[in-house]
Order: sequence, then structure tokens, then C-alpha cells
Amino acid sequence: MIRLDKRPQPSRAMALATPLLAVLATMVFGGLLFAVLGEDPVQSILTIFWQPLFGEFAFYYRPQLLVKGAPLVLIAMGLALGFRAGIWNIGAEGQYIMGAIFGAAAALAFYPLEAWWIFPLMVICGGLGGLLWAMIPGLLKVKFGTNEILVSLMLVYVAEQFLSSMSLGLLKNPEGFGFPGSRNLQQYASAHNAEIITGSGMHWGVVAAMIAVIFAYVLLTRHRLGFAIRVTGEAPRAAKFGGVNPARLILFCLGTSGLLAGLAGMFEVAGPAGQITLDFNVGYGFTAIIVAFLGRLHPVGILLAGGLMALTYIGGDIAQSQLGLPAAAIQVFQGMLLFFLLALDVLTNYRLRFGAAEVA
Amino acid sequence: MTALLDLSGVTKAYPGVVANDSVSLTIQSGEVHALLGENGAGKSTLVKMIYGLVKPDAGQMSLNGASFAPADPRAARAAGIGMVFQHFSLFDALTVAENIALGMENAPPMRQLAAQIKAVSETYGLPLAPHRLVGDLSAGERQRVEIIRCLLQEPKLLIMDEPTSVLTPQEVEILFKTLRKLSAEGTAILYISHKLEEIRSLCDAATILRLGKVVGHCIPRDTSAAEMAELMVGSALKPPQKVAAPVGDVLLELRDLSLPPASAFGMPLRQISVSVRAGEVLGIGGVAGNGQDELLSALSGEVTVPAGTVFFKGDDLARSHPNARRAAGLLTAPEERLGHAAAPDMSLTENAMLTGATRQGLERNGILNWKAARSFANQIIADFDVRTPGPGNAARSLSGGNLQKFVIGREILQRPEVLVVNQPTWGVDASAAAAIRQALLDLAEGGAAVVVISQDLDELMEISDNFAALNEGRLSAVRPAAGLTVAEIGQMMGGAHGMEVAHV
Repeated sequence: MIRLDKRPQPSRAMALATPLLAVLATMVFGGLLFAVLGEDPVQSILTIFWQPLFGEFAFYYRPQLLVKGAPLVLIAMGLALGFRAGIWNIGAEGQYIMGAIFGAAAALAFYPLEAWWIFPLMVICGGLGGLLWAMIPGLLKVKFGTNEILVSLMLVYVAEQFLSSMSLGLLKNPEGFGFPGSRNLQQYASAHNAEIITGSGMHWGVVAAMIAVIFAYVLLTRHRLGFAIRVTGEAPRAAKFGGVNPARLILFCLGTSGLLAGLAGMFEVAGPAGQITLDFNVGYGFTAIIVAFLGRLHPVGILLAGGLMALTYIGGDIAQSQLGLPAAAIQVFQGMLLFFLLALDVLTNYRLRFGAAEVA
Repeated sequence: MTALLDLSGVTKAYPGVVANDSVSLTIQSGEVHALLGENGAGKSTLVKMIYGLVKPDAGQMSLNGASFAPADPRAARAAGIGMVFQHFSLFDALTVAENIALGMENAPPMRQLAAQIKAVSETYGLPLAPHRLVGDLSAGERQRVEIIRCLLQEPKLLIMDEPTSVLTPQEVEILFKTLRKLSAEGTAILYISHKLEEIRSLCDAATILRLGKVVGHCIPRDTSAAEMAELMVGSALKPPQKVAAPVGDVLLELRDLSLPPASAFGMPLRQISVSVRAGEVLGIGGVAGNGQDELLSALSGEVTVPAGTVFFKGDDLARSHPNARRAAGLLTAPEERLGHAAAPDMSLTENAMLTGATRQGLERNGILNWKAARSFANQIIADFDVRTPGPGNAARSLSGGNLQKFVIGREILQRPEVLVVNQPTWGVDASAAAAIRQALLDLAEGGAAVVVISQDLDELMEISDNFAALNEGRLSAVRPAAGLTVAEIGQMMGGAHGMEVAHV
């Protein structure tokens, strides 16, 4: 019989090992799933994990890793700060949309003026858009004690409606032959978030993600505010006793995660996506929640997890097109990853014991 | 005559500790039997086995001569064993009768149950209205609910775990009358406590446990409290040395401090006015839940109170936040160690940072100096004899006494001018408790004002210069501790809290 014994203190080794175990378990059970669907399991797993990095067309896929990974890391980093403090922003997708709209609107307001300050202005407006959207659940929670999970999540759907309205109305391309969608910012030099090194996939969003990771790492390990976040998550009463102002912390965490999600949206619309369209958002804001947990809410872990998630996205696309696996199977595969991670999490605080139960 | 309950060689081990090592115990019908021992001596584990919550690893139990091995509490109840826990499991928002019905296997209709409750409560001198909300009851009345819940099952053995820790002296007297009546009717009572005088006045026999082993039996009436204490602790205890310090200026003054309750069943603070001088130890007694936590958080700054109510050396600190108060020199240590005074899963270094950052200079412009925090934690561990492998260990890995020494030490080493502590020795073994009390006395001797909020009257009488009691959020007048009688203290604590003795 297997028993769980609570450890006297959390195991560091297990905290590091469980993400790897979760990836391994996902490979095994994902392989089984693909086998049931009639595919060679080893081949499918290789397609997803090997092809994008070292396959024949890796030169095309590798830059895609950065393009897909950067918004995930940027958003997840902000979310993780809040999650660590027990503040659950589930609405990053909405903040991402608002950041994109604010950023694109700032640029389009000056179109076709070419000036060096347009891109910095877009960065500021994009961040502001996300921040303001996240402040709605923040202020409501502080003032009225509403649940930030519900409010932030519902605001995603409001933001989606807003996106439709913008693509069909205010930001619609006047020269777009009536198709929904804004002008393409890739064709507006001052506003284009172009690759810094051609062919590398490295755009300003990647740089921002790196800065966010370093900033978060320093904040969490060295700064009073990061300590306040950690204590609040571990023991809210102890944090209050230690002098943490809970209302301010809620606004800081929601504000920062909104800001970073807004920036991610702005970099996306000015770069890889190019324009505000009806289907601009593809779920980065939700996937980032998985990335944050997969990375154990730790900056370095999130960096790795963002890369891994981007890999399964790209590998999943390849598996769909080359092996004809259904999209749903790929989503199940990604879901498995979170499931195993959460399930194996128990090993950090508990020890498995094999052997007979207590003797009566 | 066969004994009602007979335990022989009962053993129970947990990983790393033998909670009960070959314990034998015999209880006769109608006997009031005391189970005596320090925290961690194994009293709780033993009664949990009798009540079916824990299964022994070895040994026999028999009830009325028949082998007895309850699989769960339901089986134990069916066999005639009732238990009143130290911490009540009652729902505030339900009535007395509803709470009792929830704890019964097949509860009768509410009207009939209410009649039964009334009958039992009158028979045993425990007046209690079945339709009152539990949230409105005092601690003593809540305990009555638990006792009546047990009595309705007509137990042959009633186990009571530290029942008097939440009662005023007057309420204790009422409880003892009930217990004596039960015992006269043939119900055996297993009474767990570490309060020796109570045991001497109530119990017929006592079994003393130390570190899981039976170290002695005695007849409490014929044994002195000091002898029993020595059996319990294993050595003679050195009582704290109190030096009468010269009393200086007023350091902390509360003026008409009122605070609305935090929740529907919370306790408000009502017009508290008191002042504490340098070198003085003010003891604040009272039954749990009469405003102790609220008073502490009003002083720590966790809740801010109206301006002009809290003065520190003449400055109004009422609107200041915790760290501003710490910077001024007003430090506090709350009752709940895990989760309030310390973050359970964080290391001792991090917990040293929690309150030490401001006064110990562990941060500069928001940047934390972890090296300094670690050496501060090491200093606490060394100076206060905290038993732990090192400052990197999580707070929850420490035993209650060691963590309490750490928490108190953390505040004392910051050289407070005023230190307010709530339940400084709750759940702490006798030697650690003596060390903590001595440290508090030394602090006062050094010129600090010390406020000790506690439910342990013996402790308060031992260390306080002055004494006041909290009752329903009001603070009684302050009186010199020397010469106070138990009856006077009881009156200050609110007497029997509106409870009456039924005339039986």
C-alpha cells in the first residue's frame, strides 16, 4: 500500500524535479494517446519535441520559438507575481487585447507620420491599456471585496467585444476594401516592431520578456516588495503583522500583470500579427497561466516553461500537418502537462511511503 | 469488581517519536481520573486511542472486561464513551439544538430534542436554552453544548480535554459541580489537564505521563502540587526571578480605545483606557475570545484605530502602520505562532526578516540584506536556546515551544521600549515557558514596559506587577497583582459570564 507522509519542510530537490517528471509523464501518456489514435507514439513525440529544434526545417521553426515564447513568458511573469501572493488574475487575455488596441490606436492616430517617438509611445500606451484593464478587478476587489478571478475573467469577454468593435469600426483600415481589421503596422515603419536581427525571431517583445524575468527575479529575491508578495501568499495574517498593506499589494500585483500582458499584446500587434483583427487573440493569456505554474511561479522556471510551451505549440502544428493528428489531441496533450504538474506537486510537500499500513 | 476501562501496554509510535510507550491505565466506574502531563507527554494520543481516532500499535484495551478496539469514534460512542474536546467544533450560525443534532447519529425531531436538551441541562446544572445561536454564547456556554451533546448519549466514560482553559474561576466551579454529580451517578470521567490545583480538588486518582511513559500514579488529594509537578517535568523547576524594578515614566497609554467587531460574531473593543510605565509588567487576563486578539492587533497596527487612542511616549500612534510602530519602539507578538507571528513554510531567516527589517536595519531603500537577516536569526537561536539545525529550516519544522522562543526572542532582541505579547507560553513545555517568562521579566527590569495578555492566571500572577482583565471587550480597572484573590480575579474576568448555577 502507498501512503503519503507530510515532509517537515518542502523538498527543494522535488520542487525542481517535478516539472521534469511531469514532462516525462506527459510524453508517456501523450504517446499512449497518439498510439490509440493510430499513430506511432515515438514518432509523434519526436515530431513535437525534436523537429522544431533539430529537424530538417529547424531554421524556420527556431525563430518561431521566440515569437511564440516571448508573449507567454512576458504574461506569465506578471501573473506569477500575483499568483505568489494569492491574487488570481485569470484575465490576462483581456489585458493582452486592450494593450494591443491601445498600442495600435496610438500608432494609427499619427499615421502616416514617421517619427522616432512613435514606437516608444506605443509601448507606453500598450502597457497602460493592460494596466487600466487590470485595475478594474483590482479596484473592485479593494473597494468592495469582489472576487478578482470572476471579474478579470469576465472582462476578457468584454475586451473581445471591444476588439470586434475596433476592427469593424474605429480602427478599421479605410483602404481595406471593407474587410474587418486595421491597417497593417508592419507596413508603417515607425510603428513596426521589426526583428532586431533579421531571421532570428528576436523582436522587442523578446527583449522585454528577458528584462521582465530579470526584474522579477531581483524583485522576488532581493526587494521588500517581493518579500511582501511571498509572505502574503504563504501566510496572509503574518504578512499583515509584518507590515504589508494588502490593498496596495493587490493593486501592485494586478497592475503589474496587466501592464506586462498589455505590453505583450502591443508587441504582438506591432510585430508578428501586424494588425488588429477579429481573431487577433489566440489564447496566450490563458496559456500563460499554465506556463506560470509549469515554471513553479519562479522567473527562471517560467523562462524555461515558456520555451517548452512554445515548443509544444509549434511541434503540435507540425504534428497536425505532417501526421494529421487532430487539433483536439494536441490540446489534450498540452492539458496533460498541467494536470501532471499539479498532481506531482504533492511530492514537494509529501513523501511517498511504500509498505504495510499501520498495524491495528 | 471489573474495571470500567483497562489499558495494558498500549503503545503508539509516529515517525521519529514514540507518543505512548507501553501505557497502562485502569479506570473504575464513577471515578474521576486525572491524566497529567506536559505538552507532548502523550495525553492526547492516549485519549484519541480510547475514542477511536487513532489505532494503537500494540497493547490491549478492555471495557467492562470485554476486549475493546474501536474502529472509529462512532464505535467508541456506541460503546459508551463520550469526549469533549479542548477546541469546540460548533457552528456559530446554528442554534444549540441544531448543533447537537448534527453530532448525533440519528437525531430525534427538533422539538423532542429541544425537550431532551432542557431535561439533561436541568438535571446536571447546566442551564442552556436550545434555541439560542451558538455565535452568541460565551466560551463556558459553548462548552456546555459540547458536554450536553455527550450526555445525551448517556456515556459510561466521559473524556474531558483541558476543559477549564477557556473558563473563568467561577465557571470552573459550576463545571466541577456538574462533574461531581455525574461521577456520583456512576459515570467515570477521564480528566486531562496540567493545572494541578484543579486536579487536587476534583480527581480521585491520577496517572502521570512523561515523554509517552507512565511515570507515576498518585491520589491527588494526598499529594502536593509541587510533588506532582516534579513527577510531570522530571526535575524541580526554577521559578522565574522577579526583581522589583523602579517604575518610570508612562510609555504606553490607551485612551478610550474602541473598535467595532471585525465580523458578525467578532468581539468589539469597548472604551479601553490603561497606561503602562517603564519597568512595569501589566498582566491582562480573561477568558479566550473576550477581545485579546483584537487588542493585540489594535496595538500592533494590523488594524488602525481612531486617532487619539494609542499614545506611545506621548506621541499618537493610533493611525500608524505596523512598521512605523516598530520604528518607534512598540513591538508585539501575537498568540497564533504559525500563520500570524511566523509564516509556517518560510525559513527562520525569512521570519526574522518579517518583523526585524525596520529596527535591525535589514533593509535599505527596499533592498533586503539577507546576510544580516541570517545573522539576526542565528543570534535569536543562540540567545534563546531555540533547538533547530539552523536558520534555513522552515518555521513549521520547529516544535511549538521552540518556535515560541524564536518569536518572543525575535521581538526582545530588537530592544523594544514597549512589548505586548499574547499567550506567550501557550502550548509550550514547562522549561521553555519558564525561560520565556524570565526573558520578559529581564526586559522589564531593563526599563521596558511589558504587557502580557494570557489566559493562564498562574502565569500572570507569577510575573505581573499589575493586573487587569478583559471581559466582552472591556478592560477592568487595573489593580496591583500582589494580594489579589482568585475570587477577585474571577469577578474581574466577568464572574460566571451571566451563567447561573442550576439548583440541583
